[in-house]
Amino acid sequence: MASHADHADEANRRDFLVIAGNAFAAVGAASLLWPFIQQMNPDSSAKALASTDVDLSHVKEGQAITVMWRGKPVFIRNRTKKEIEEARSVDLAKLPDDGPEAADEKRVKPGHDNWLILIGICTHLGCIPKGQSMGDAKGDYDGWFCPCHGSHYDTSGRIRKGPAPHNLAVPPYEFVSDTKIKIG
Amino acid sequence: MKNLISLSAASLLALSALTGASGAAETAAAHHEIVRQPWSFAGFKGQFDRAQLQRGFQVYKEVCAACHGLKRVYFRNLAEPGGPVFPEEAVRELAASWPNQIPEMNDQGEIAGKGGELFKRPAKLSDPILGPYLNDRQARAAQNGALPPDLSVIAKARGVHREVHWAIHPFLMLGDILQGYQEGGPDYLYALLTGYTEPPADVTVGEGMSFNTAFPGHQLAMPPPLSDGSITYQDGTKPTVDNYARDVSAFLAWAADPSLDQRKRIGWVVMLYLLVTTVLLYFGKRRIWSKLH
Amino acid sequence: MSGHSSSYEPTSRWGKWWDERLPIMRMMHGQFVEFPTPRNLNYLWTFGGILMLCLVAQIVTGVVLAMHYQPSDVAAFDAIEHIRRNVNYGWMIRNFHAVGASMFFIAVYIHIFRGLYYGSYKAPREILWILGVVILLLMMATAFMGYVLPWGQMSFWGATVITNLFSALDTVWSGLGTAIVEWLWGGYSVSGVTLNRFFSLHYLLPFVLTGVVILHVWALHITGQNNPDGLDLKQPSDSVPMHPYATAKDFVGMFAFLILFAWFVFFLPDYLGHPDNYTEANPLVTPPHIVPEWYFLPFYAILRAFTGSFLGIPLGGFAKLMGVIAMFGSILVLVFAPWLDTSRVRSAKYRPIFKWAFWVFAFTCLALGYLGSLPAEGVYVFWAQIFTVIYFAFFLIAMPIIGLIETPKPLPRSITDAVLGSGAAAKA
Repeated sequence: MASHADHADEANRRDFLVIAGNAFAAVGAASLLWPFIQQMNPDSSAKALASTDVDLSHVKEGQAITVMWRGKPVFIRNRTKKEIEEARSVDLAKLPDDGPEAADEKRVKPGHDNWLILIGICTHLGCIPKGQSMGDAKGDYDGWFCPCHGSHYDTSGRIRKGPAPHNLAVPPYEFVSDTKIKIG
Repeated sequence: MKNLISLSAASLLALSALTGASGAAETAAAHHEIVRQPWSFAGFKGQFDRAQLQRGFQVYKEVCAACHGLKRVYFRNLAEPGGPVFPEEAVRELAASWPNQIPEMNDQGEIAGKGGELFKRPAKLSDPILGPYLNDRQARAAQNGALPPDLSVIAKARGVHREVHWAIHPFLMLGDILQGYQEGGPDYLYALLTGYTEPPADVTVGEGMSFNTAFPGHQLAMPPPLSDGSITYQDGTKPTVDNYARDVSAFLAWAADPSLDQRKRIGWVVMLYLLVTTVLLYFGKRRIWSKLH
Repeated sequence: MSGHSSSYEPTSRWGKWWDERLPIMRMMHGQFVEFPTPRNLNYLWTFGGILMLCLVAQIVTGVVLAMHYQPSDVAAFDAIEHIRRNVNYGWMIRNFHAVGASMFFIAVYIHIFRGLYYGSYKAPREILWILGVVILLLMMATAFMGYVLPWGQMSFWGATVITNLFSALDTVWSGLGTAIVEWLWGGYSVSGVTLNRFFSLHYLLPFVLTGVVILHVWALHITGQNNPDGLDLKQPSDSVPMHPYATAKDFVGMFAFLILFAWFVFFLPDYLGHPDNYTEANPLVTPPHIVPEWYFLPFYAILRAFTGSFLGIPLGGFAKLMGVIAMFGSILVLVFAPWLDTSRVRSAKYRPIFKWAFWVFAFTCLALGYLGSLPAEGVYVFWAQIFTVIYFAFFLIAMPIIGLIETPKPLPRSITDAVLGSGAAAKA
């Protein structure tokens, strides 16, 4: 028991101890949140599948294939000369999404101008546009057409008509060899 | 009445002491004592020895993998921190050349060709380390009816049962708890791998079986897998059965508990935090209660 | 919740607006801030708060694990390994949950033994006590079904053995037990169907349990807490406001308990489990030695004490049924404790004979637990039978008789007297 003389000092120390204890407990509770938040992020088995190798050798000119990458469809189209010309003859200023990356040359890898690789998800509300199969409706610009709300994409995957705000995204990829790409 | 109750309680205690002892004596002879090994990862302080895990993997790859899979461990795990930490490029090559390939569908969604043979591709970092058999039936057919178990969690799935007097039991438990000791699995694996001996004269070993002092029942379908010098270590560790057994047991302990290093490191911080906070809260509580007179 | 009125007065306009519509702050203030708490409570009384912590921890970690688990006989075992290996901090959350079950039982057993020692089951706390027994039963059901979910060998065979207990009813009415067991299984043996329904119930029951816990706390706040001297609150100086006094103490208890908890989570996560549960369930091979989780061992020992004969009395075809009745009876007998105990004094502190009986009973429970972990053969069965008799004798014989023949020690006049002595300035 403290004497009356240092009563004021005692009150301070009491406050300090109580506050310190409570603060420590609060910090502990807060740090405990971390693993509980982290557990919902992609786990290590999902991360290990974050890149995909694709063999392009069997995709003939004018054909397209769809591959899965991180659970999303990736459109790979081996474009014809006509399609490339169509894509390059557009006045960029007239495009709805006319950023600096909108030029067709910037949407493909140099030296592989025929290979167009896109994430096949409509930038409007996430549907998968038509246009991969031979018989599909390809829209007014020979690219892709999203049946959900009528967005038309051209042969460079750029939005031309309809509600979608952006061009189809180009995933990160590189050519491992002339006929093989690594997405992711 | 009070005396009566205390008397009967005391006699009960005495009686139970007597019979407990005889009960233990009956069963002790049947069990082979498995000796605890000085694992680097044992107890609350222990961490894996990376070089040992690398040697252990080599033993697994060159010997065990001929029959046993490791299907819940992925190639990528071999390059992750807390394990053997091989260079990622080396593991990628290892996966690509792993003899047991990954079954896969072809473009038509078929899993097997006309002759029923499965379509397979070379393993990648993200693939499991498969054993040579597609299923248990194939394994038994190849192994004379015995099933070589998958080794992914074998170090957790085995333990050591100690036969001690009932009165000593609580103290041994308390000792293990205070040391943080739960390495019965690797102890058993080491004892098994070094436990092959000639059977005693009065024991007839069945055909295709081997005598092993650590295995329950002592007759084991797995022939002695290790022999001195059969594996060449790169780091100069002596190529003895004892070292092989020790290293591969450590490797299997890691395979069954790959987060051990991280778990204990976080554990130290948590324990320190809890001790400090408890002491602080205790003195805070004393302050609060000291207002009462 | 009544039992204590609240002096809470909201200061802000918003507070007043809220208070007129839903006076929840008023209730919380009355029940958990001002609520009069006996000033002589020892640290054993912090286990109520610790149990609340355990319940919340189990529910939170359980909800998280359910995000990654798959209740299917082909996927469950791998799902656990996926959680341990791949999910971010999955190993930690899984350890929290698995170790948490054991910690929950450690805490609840201490809580129960505290209640038995200090007479917390006696009038006017009978309903509070019975709600506690209901909570214990719900905990056991939840823990049992949770142990099945990893779909290891012990999961599978534990489920088989325990559900087969109901087949004992075949002795009562031919075919009844079998019908019940097949209904529980959803098949002719434990299978993926059983696993799936156990998962569903394992997720449901904790919320039922939470409801009963709310009733338990409600009943507690009607009667007020018992205390080490077993005396009623008679005057203001007998009690202190719950906050900050009891809450500060509860926090110390909780963190001290968390030290034990974390020790197992981080250094001994598998110590309280069984190695066989790391072998995937195999309906064709029974492990050589089936044991339940440690917290069921005393009851398991009672079950197995009824072999062909009990202490020389032949039981014939009724052995199995008797074992099952005794096992369930060993928990249900707790319900009758308030009426079996004839003493008017609550706390064993003032009951010289009952105190002895209590410690014999505590030792009996430990002994039964130890015997439950051993094979049911030879001398162990004999001892399990002896201790089973003592277990029931404590409730059915010792409690009524001791109350009648015992002369209690003189009780202090009030809690204040018990704490401070007769006027001396002792420290609280």
